[in-house]
Amino acid sequence: MPGPHAILNYTRRLRGPMTNNRTWIPYLLILPSVAFLALLFVVPLVQTIWLAFSDNGLPSLANMRTMAGDLNFLPSVRNTFLLTIAVVPVQVVIALVMGTLVAKVGAGRETILWIWTIPLGISDLAAGMVWLSILQNTGYLNSLLFSLGLIERQTSWLTYQTPVALFIGIAVAEIWRGTAIVMVIIVAGLNQVPKEFKEAAEIFGAGPWTRFFRITLPLIRPALQSALILRTVLAFEVFAVVYALGGRNFPVLVGEAYTWQNQNQNYGVAGAYAVLIMVISLAATVVYLKAIKVDPERLP
Amino acid sequence: MANIVIDRIRKSFGSFEALKEVSLTINDGEFVSLLGPSGCGKTTLLRIIAGLETATSGDVRIGDRSVIGLPPKDRGLAMVFQNYAVFPHMTVYENVAFGLRMQKADDARVKAQVEKAAGLLHIEQYLDRYPNKLSGGQRQRVAVARALAVEPKVLLMDEPLSNLDALLRLEMRTELKTVLQSAGTTTIYVTHDQTEAMGLSDRIAVMHNGVVEQVGTPVDVYNHPATRFVGGFIGNPPMNFIKVPVSNGQVVAGAEQFVAPKEAGGEVVLGLRGEAVELAPLPQGLEMKVRVAEPMGSHLLLTGSIHDQPVRVILPASETVRSGDTIGLKLDRNRITWLSPESGKSYPAVAA
Ligand SMILES: Nc1ncnc2c1ncn2[C@@H]1O[C@H](COP(=O)(O)OP(=O)(O)O)[C@@H](O)[C@H]1O
Ligand SMILES: [Mg+2]
Repeated sequence: MPGPHAILNYTRRLRGPMTNNRTWIPYLLILPSVAFLALLFVVPLVQTIWLAFSDNGLPSLANMRTMAGDLNFLPSVRNTFLLTIAVVPVQVVIALVMGTLVAKVGAGRETILWIWTIPLGISDLAAGMVWLSILQNTGYLNSLLFSLGLIERQTSWLTYQTPVALFIGIAVAEIWRGTAIVMVIIVAGLNQVPKEFKEAAEIFGAGPWTRFFRITLPLIRPALQSALILRTVLAFEVFAVVYALGGRNFPVLVGEAYTWQNQNQNYGVAGAYAVLIMVISLAATVVYLKAIKVDPERLP
Repeated sequence: MANIVIDRIRKSFGSFEALKEVSLTINDGEFVSLLGPSGCGKTTLLRIIAGLETATSGDVRIGDRSVIGLPPKDRGLAMVFQNYAVFPHMTVYENVAFGLRMQKADDARVKAQVEKAAGLLHIEQYLDRYPNKLSGGQRQRVAVARALAVEPKVLLMDEPLSNLDALLRLEMRTELKTVLQSAGTTTIYVTHDQTEAMGLSDRIAVMHNGVVEQVGTPVDVYNHPATRFVGGFIGNPPMNFIKVPVSNGQVVAGAEQFVAPKEAGGEVVLGLRGEAVELAPLPQGLEMKVRVAEPMGSHLLLTGSIHDQPVRVILPASETVRSGDTIGLKLDRNRITWLSPESGKSYPAVAA
C-alpha cells in the first residue's frame, strides 16, 4: 500500500505537466491578435511619437514649438474643446431621452430604433455633405426661410464672418451624426436594468423623476461611462464634418494635422498634433474613469 | 382598517384571458395566500392590487376606498418582489430606508424605523453593506425589512421564498410568520408551494387558469376541496380520486357501502385523502393492489391501484406491507369527499 505522501506526489507528477500545458495555451491563442495590434498600432504609434519629438534624426522639441507657434494652433485647440463641450452633453441627454422613450413603446420599438440608428451607417464625410446641402447659400434652410418670408436674400451661415452660425451648424451636424452610437450604448444599458427595480421604487413612492435619477441613472453608470468615453474621444477627433461645412474657416486639431501632413508635407508637426490629440483623449478617458466610478459591487 | 375587496376583476392580454372574473375579500389584518400552479394568474392579480398593472374590468377596494386609477404609492401598500428587487447601488440601510425617504420622513424617524425593521429581520450587522455582498436569504430579509419599515396597511408578497434553498425556505417561513403576526398587517402572499400556503395563511385562495376555485382556511381546503383540482393540488400525496358506480342511491366499493350524494348520477368520484384509511384484513374493506411500498420512517407510503385506478395511501410506520401485496382498506367515512365525474365539483357533504 503506498502511503498518503506517495499518492500526493504521484498526483502532483500527474498534474504538473498538464497544468503547464494549459498555461501557455491562452497566450498562444491571443498571440495573433497581439501581434496584429503591435504591428498596426504600436509600431505606428512609436513612429509618430518619434516623428513628433525628433528633428533630422535627433531628439528635439522643434516640431512642438512650430505647432504651438502656428497662427491656427490656439483657435484649433479652442474650437475642438468648445465643440466637444457643446456636443457631447447634448448627445448624452438626447440619447437618454430617446432611450427612455423608446423603452416605453411597445409595438414598433425595433423600427424606431432602426430609424434612429441610420446616421450610424453614414460616413462622417457624407454626413457633412448632407448638412452642407442644407446649410449652404443655395441650401434647403435658406430656401425654407425665404419661402416663409423670414429672409430677403440668400444668407451665408458657414463663413469666416459668421463664426457663431458656423459653430452651431457644425455642432448640429455632429449631434445628428454622433448621437446614434450613444443611444445604442444607452439603450443596451437600460435593457440591463430589470423592471422590478423601477416598480419597487414606484411602490415605495418614487415619482418618475426620482426613479430616473435615483434608480435608472446609477444603474446604467457602466453604459454611461462607455458612451461618454467613446463619444468624447471621437469628438476630439472631429474632422470630416468640419471640413465639409467650414473648411479651414473653423480650424480643429485633426484638421490641422491633416493640413500639415498633406499641404505642408511636414510630417513632424502633423505628428506633434497627433500626439497632442492622443494625450487629450487619454486625459479625458482618465477623467471619466475617475469621475464616474463603476463599482462592480454596486451593480445588479 | 385595511380590508381588501377584489370585485369581479378581469384581465386580458390580447385575446388571452389571464383572470376571468376573480372576486375575493380579505379582512383587516388577515394573511391570505394566493395558491396555484405557475401561470394561473397569481402575479397578475397581485400586480393589479398593487397598481402596477391595470385590470380590464372590475374594482379593487382597499379600506373601503376604490383604488382603481390610483398610482401604487397612494394605495398604502408595500411589496416584496419574487427576485427581491433590492437596489444594488444602495447600502442595506438605504434600501430599508427607501420608502421612508420617499415619504420625506426626518432622519430620526428613518433611523428608528430602519433599526426596528432590521432588528425584526436580523440584518442589523449588514446595514452598511451593499446587497451584492449578501446571500439570497439575506437579500430576502432586506426586501422584507424595506417593506415593513414603512408600516404599510397592506403587504403584498410574490413568491418571496421561491428562490431560496429548501432548508432556508423553511427557516424563513417560520420567521416570516412570527414577524408578520406581530405586525398585524393585512397580507396577500402569492405562492405555488402548498406547504408554504398551508403553514402561513389564515385563509387560502386556490387559483387555477385565472379563476379562484376555492377560498377557505388551510384545514378547510384540505379536508373539503371544492373541486377535483383543489384536492389534487393540495396535500402530499394529493387526494385520490376513484370513480365508483352508484345504484339505488348507494355506493358499493368492495365490502364498504356508502350513501351516495343525492345529486349523483350513475357514477360518482370518491375523493380520498391518503391518510384517511386503515388496514383491514381482506375480504373486509376495499381491495388495493400495492405496486410499491415505501417505508418513510414516519409513515409507510403505498402506491398502487383501487378498482384499477391509481392511488397513493399512507399507513402508520408500524404496518408491514410489501410491494406486490394485495391489502384491504377501511375508509374513514367522515373524511370522504364526493365529486361529480362531469364537472369535477364536489357535492355537499352527505350523512355517513
Ligand atoms: N404582460 C403580459 N403579457 C402577456 N401575457 C402575460 C403578461 N403577464 C402575464 N401573462 C400571462 O398571464 C398568465 C398568468 O401569468 P402570471 O400572473 O404571471 O402567473 P403566475 O404568477 O400565477 O405564475 C400567464 O399565462 C402569462 O403568460
Ligand atoms: Mg408569478
